[in-house]
Amino acid sequence: MELPNPAPRPEGEVRELERIWATPRGWRLLTAVNNTVIGLLYIGVAFLFFLMAGVLAMLMRTQLAVGDNRLIGQDLYNQMFTVHGTTMMFLFAVPAVEALGVMLLPQMLAARDLPFPRLSAFAIWAYVVGGLVFFSTIFYDLAPKGGWFMYPPLTLTEYSPGDNADFWLLGIGFIEISAIAGAIEIVVGTLRTRPPGMSLAKMPIFAWTMLIFASMIMFAFPAVILATMMLEIERAFGWPFFSAARGGDPLLWQHLFWFFGHPEVYIIFLPAAGLVSMIVPTMARTPLVGYHLIVVALIGTGFFSFGLWVHHMFTTGIPAMSLAFFSAASMAVAVPSGIQVFAWIATIAAGRQRFRMTTASLFVLGFLFIFTVGGLTGVMVAMVPFDYQVHDTYFVVAHFHYVLIGGFVFPLFAAYYYWIPLFSRRPLSERLGRWVFWLMFIGFNITFLPMHLTGLKGMPRRVWTYPEDIGWNMLNAISTVGTYVLAAGILIFLIDLIAKFRFGNAEIENPWGAGTLEWLPNDVYSTRSIPHITGREPLWDRPSLPQEVRDGHHYLPNAPTGGRETIVTSPIHAQPQYVIQMPGPGWPPFLAAVFTAACFLLLTVKMVTIAIICGALAIAFVLVWAWGLDPGPSKGTIDIARGIRLPTYMTGPTSHSWWAMVVLMIVAASLYFAYVFSYLFLWLVSPEVWAPTGSPAPPPGLWPVSAAALMLAGSSTIWLISRRLEKLAASPVAMAAALLLSLALLIGALALELSGHLMTGLRPGDNAYGAMVYLGAVLFAQLAFALTILGLFTLARYLTGKLDGARRVTFDNYMLLYHYAVAQSLLGLALVHGFPRLIG
Amino acid sequence: MSLARSVAAFLLLLALQGCSGVQSALDPSGTEAERIDTLTWLLIVFSTTVFLAVGLITAAALRGGGRWRARLANERLVIGGGVVFPIVALTLLLGYGFYLMGPGSPAAARADGQLRIEVVGERWWWRVTYVDETGRRVESANEIRLPVGRPVQVELTSADVIHSFWIPRLAGKLDMIPGRTNRLTLQVAEAGISRGQCAEYCGGPHAFMSFFAIAMPEDQFTAWLDREAGDARNPSGEDQVAGQALFLSSGCVACHRVRGTEAQGTIGPDLTHVGSRHSLAAATLENDPDAFVRWIRDGQHVKPENLMPPYEIFTDGELRQLAAYLDQLR
Repeated sequence: MELPNPAPRPEGEVRELERIWATPRGWRLLTAVNNTVIGLLYIGVAFLFFLMAGVLAMLMRTQLAVGDNRLIGQDLYNQMFTVHGTTMMFLFAVPAVEALGVMLLPQMLAARDLPFPRLSAFAIWAYVVGGLVFFSTIFYDLAPKGGWFMYPPLTLTEYSPGDNADFWLLGIGFIEISAIAGAIEIVVGTLRTRPPGMSLAKMPIFAWTMLIFASMIMFAFPAVILATMMLEIERAFGWPFFSAARGGDPLLWQHLFWFFGHPEVYIIFLPAAGLVSMIVPTMARTPLVGYHLIVVALIGTGFFSFGLWVHHMFTTGIPAMSLAFFSAASMAVAVPSGIQVFAWIATIAAGRQRFRMTTASLFVLGFLFIFTVGGLTGVMVAMVPFDYQVHDTYFVVAHFHYVLIGGFVFPLFAAYYYWIPLFSRRPLSERLGRWVFWLMFIGFNITFLPMHLTGLKGMPRRVWTYPEDIGWNMLNAISTVGTYVLAAGILIFLIDLIAKFRFGNAEIENPWGAGTLEWLPNDVYSTRSIPHITGREPLWDRPSLPQEVRDGHHYLPNAPTGGRETIVTSPIHAQPQYVIQMPGPGWPPFLAAVFTAACFLLLTVKMVTIAIICGALAIAFVLVWAWGLDPGPSKGTIDIARGIRLPTYMTGPTSHSWWAMVVLMIVAASLYFAYVFSYLFLWLVSPEVWAPTGSPAPPPGLWPVSAAALMLAGSSTIWLISRRLEKLAASPVAMAAALLLSLALLIGALALELSGHLMTGLRPGDNAYGAMVYLGAVLFAQLAFALTILGLFTLARYLTGKLDGARRVTFDNYMLLYHYAVAQSLLGLALVHGFPRLIG
Repeated sequence: MSLARSVAAFLLLLALQGCSGVQSALDPSGTEAERIDTLTWLLIVFSTTVFLAVGLITAAALRGGGRWRARLANERLVIGGGVVFPIVALTLLLGYGFYLMGPGSPAAARADGQLRIEVVGERWWWRVTYVDETGRRVESANEIRLPVGRPVQVELTSADVIHSFWIPRLAGKLDMIPGRTNRLTLQVAEAGISRGQCAEYCGGPHAFMSFFAIAMPEDQFTAWLDREAGDARNPSGEDQVAGQALFLSSGCVACHRVRGTEAQGTIGPDLTHVGSRHSLAAATLENDPDAFVRWIRDGQHVKPENLMPPYEIFTDGELRQLAAYLDQLR
C-alpha cells in the first residue's frame, strides 16, 4: 500500500496539535470537552453510582439475612430498593455504556474526537449534577418508593403524596436527556468519523454494538420519555392517563415502560458483548470467528428486543394469543445470544496458542458462564406457565442479576483491566486482579444461585421482611453472606484502582498485542495521523502502522485550520468527504447543564419562578454555545494527504449537522408514535363510545382544516426561503419577514388547535379522551417552542451576517425541524379530529 | 471449577431443604400448580444439561488437545450451537408450553363450577366474597376456603393499586388491576393449608399482605359456608359483652361490619367470623386473643403504614375485653 503522506513531515506539527488539543488546567478542567477527559469523568461517576447502589444492596441483604428482621424499617427499605434499581439501570448501566462509547470510540475509529464534543460535555454534566441530587434523596427520606418501574396507580398522587415520586421522574429526566444526546453523538460518530477505508464490514464489533445501542435508544427511550411526561402531568395536573375511574388504564404505563424497559436490557448487554468481542480475539491472538454472524446477531437482537416487552406482563391477564406470540418471541432471542456465545468459544479454540489467562480473560470467562445461566433461566421464564409461578419472585431476581451482572458488570470489569493502559500510566495489578475476580465470581454465585430456589419456594420480590417459619431463612442467609464476598472483591479492585490510577498513557504501547486502532500511539489529539484501513485488525495486518501513524504518514497529520478537526467519511465505505471543525473547551456546555439541572430540580420542589429563570439561563447558554458553531466556508479546502483535498465546511445532507438533526427527528417521531399508540390503546380499552359519553364532539371540521392550511403555508414559506436563500439574503426585510411569517403561521396553527378544543368545552382533566387530545397539543407546543427559539436564533444569525446562501447550516436545521413539526402535527390533526369521526 | 462446585452445592441444598413449604411452588397441591411443577423440573433438567454442555465445550476450547480445538474453531460450531440447537430445542419446549397453556390456563379460565369467589385487593388486605350456586353472597376477608376436588372460579379486581393474587401451591399468580377483572380457576387436590401472598409491589406494608387458603372436603366446606353466611354469635360472659359494647362505641363500626349487630362499616375487613380465621391482619399475626390486643394497640408497629388508625385509648383491661369479644366471633 502506498502511504497517504509518504514525505517526511515538517517540524512543529506535533507541538501545534498538542497546543490545540491541550486539556485545560486547574478549575478550567470543568470546561474540557475532549472525549478522554469527559469520558473519564463519565465512567468515574457511573462507577461511583455502582458503588453507592451496591452499598444499598448490601444493606438490603443484611435486612433480609434473617426472617422477621426489623433492622431497616419498611419505609426506608422501600426507598432503598427503588433507588437501588433506578440507580443501577439509569445512573450506572446506561451511562457506563455511553461513557465507554465516548472514551473508546474515537480511539477505535482513530478520530480526533466525537463530532459533537460540547454536546457530550453538556449531557455528562447534566447527568452528574442530576444523578447526584437524585441519589442523595435517600438521605433525606425523600427518595421515591414506587419501585424502579413506578407502576401507577401506586405512583399517582393519591397513593404517593409528597415529592418522592417526582424525584424519580426528575432523575429519569436527566438520563433521558443524556441518553438522547449520547445517541446522536454515537450514531453520527460511528457512521461518519471512521478512518478512511474502514467500511462498515471492517468496523470493530464494539463500534457495531454502540451503533445498535444508539439506534435502540432512539426508538426505546422516547416511549419512557412520553410515559414519564404523562405520569408527571397526571401527578401535577390530574389529567387521567392511568386512572381507570376516568377512562385511563394502569396497563398503558406498563406497555410504554416495558416497550422501553426490555430493549433497555439489550441496550446494556449488547455493548458489553461488544467489549467481549474485542477482548476475546486479543487474548486468543486470532481474529474473531464468525464476524458477520455476530453482526447479524447483534442487529437481530436489536430488532427482536422491541417485540418482547409483554413478557414482563404475562401475569396481567392479557389474552392467550398475545401470550403465545410474546413467549415465542422471547425464546427466539436466544438464537442471537447463542450465536455470540459460540462465536467466542470458537475464537478461543481458534487461537494457535492457548487462550491467554489475564484478569480480563477471567472476567470474560466468568461472564460466559454467568450469562449462560442467565440466558437459560431466561428461556425458563419465557415459558408462560412457569412465569405464572416465578414472576415477581426471587427466581426472577436471580435471573436478571445473572443477566445484568453476568452480562454487563463482568464484561465491564474485563474492560477496566483491558483498556486501562490507554488512560492510566500504570496498569492495574494482575495479581490482585485474580483475587478481585475470584471473590466477585464466587460471591456472586453464592448470592444469586440460591435465589432461584428461594423464588420457587414462594418468596416474592420487594418484601422488606418475611416470616421466620416459612422455610426461607437458610437460603436468605446464604445469599447475604455471598453479597459480602462479592463486595470484598470490588473493594480490592477499588483499592488497587486508587493506588495505581494516574491519568496519562501507559509506557508500554499495546500491552496485550491487540489488533485494533485504539492501541495506536495516542496523545490528547488521539493519533498523530489518521490511518488508512484495509482490514479488521489493522495492527496485525500491518505491523509498521504504529510507526507510520506516529511519523505522520497517514491522513491529516497536522491541524491545517488551526483548530480542532477530524475527517468525516461516507457512512458505508468510509470515503473521506470533508474535514469537520470542532469546538474546543468552553464554559457554556457546563453552565447550560448546571442550569438545566437546577431548573428541573427547582420545578420538582415547586419553586417555579427561580426554576423558570434557571431554564431561561440554560437556554441562553446553549445559544451562546451554538453561536460559535456553523463556521462557514472561510477556511477553504485543505490537504489531508497527497492528492486529497477536502472542504472544511459542508452543508446539506452530507453534513454531520444534517445527520444529527435527522437522528433528533427520528427520536421525536418515536415519541409521537408512542403517543399515537397510547391514544389508540386508551380508545381500545374504553368500554363506551369514543369520545366518551358526556364529552363534547370535536370542533367543527373548519378548525383542523384551517390549522392544517396554516401549517402547509408555513412549510411552503420555508421551502421558498430555502430555494431563494441566496437572493433573499440580500434583502434583510424580506428575509426577516419570511422567517417571522413562518413562525407566526405555526403558532397560529397551534392556537387554532387549542382554542378549537377549549371552545367545545372539553377539558384535559375530564377523562382519558380529553387528556389525550390535549397531550397531542402539548407535543405540538413543544416543537413550536423549540422552533420559535431556533427561528429567532436563525434570524439573529442572519442579521449579524452569519448566515447566507453558502453558510446555511443553522437555517437548514430550522427547516428540517419545521417540516418535521408540520408533518407530525398534520398526523396529529388527522388522529384527534378524524379518528373519533371515523369510528363515531 | 468453582461454578461446578456451586451447582453441586445448589443441588445438595435442594435435596437437604426439600421442596416442602406452605408457600412453595415445589410442593403443589392444586391441578394447575402440579402441571407447572412438572414443567419446572423439565426446565431445570433442560437448563442444567445445556449449561453443562456449554461448560464442556468451553473447557475443550480452553484446555483441549489440538484436534479438539481445531474441530471447534469454525463457524460450524456457531451455526450448530447458536442457531440449529436453540431453534430445535426451543420449538419443542414452546410446543409443550402451549400444550400446558391450553385448557385450564388461568387467563383463559371460564369454570363450569358454580361456586365463585370474588377477591378484591385492598391496601393491604383481601376482601373476599363467596357467591354460591343460588347467588347467595357471603362476605369474608383475608382467607380463602376451597372445596376439594371441584374447580372454583376466582374473580380478581382491585380497589386501589395493582396487587397480585398468588397461592404457589395451587396455581400461578394473576394480577389484580383497577378497572379490570381477571379470572383464575383453582382446583385443589387434597385437603390442607396453603399460604398465599400479594406478588405485585403495592407500597408500604406489601410484605404483610398474605392470606391462608384452606382446602376442605366437600361436606365440611358446605357446612362451613353455611355457618359463614350466618350472623355473628352473640357474646356470652362478662368480658365478651363488655368487649362488644366497647367495639360498638369506640369507632370500630365506622370501618368494620359484624353482621347481626349495628356494626356495618365496609371500609375495612368484615369481622363477622373473624375468630374462626387462621390468621389476623392478612396473615401478619396468628389468631388468638393476644394477637387482637397487639393489633389494636400496636398495629402500626406490627404492620407499619396499615390504614387502621392506632387505638391507644384503651386500657389493658379494655383491650382484653375487646379481644375476648372478637375472639369468640367464630
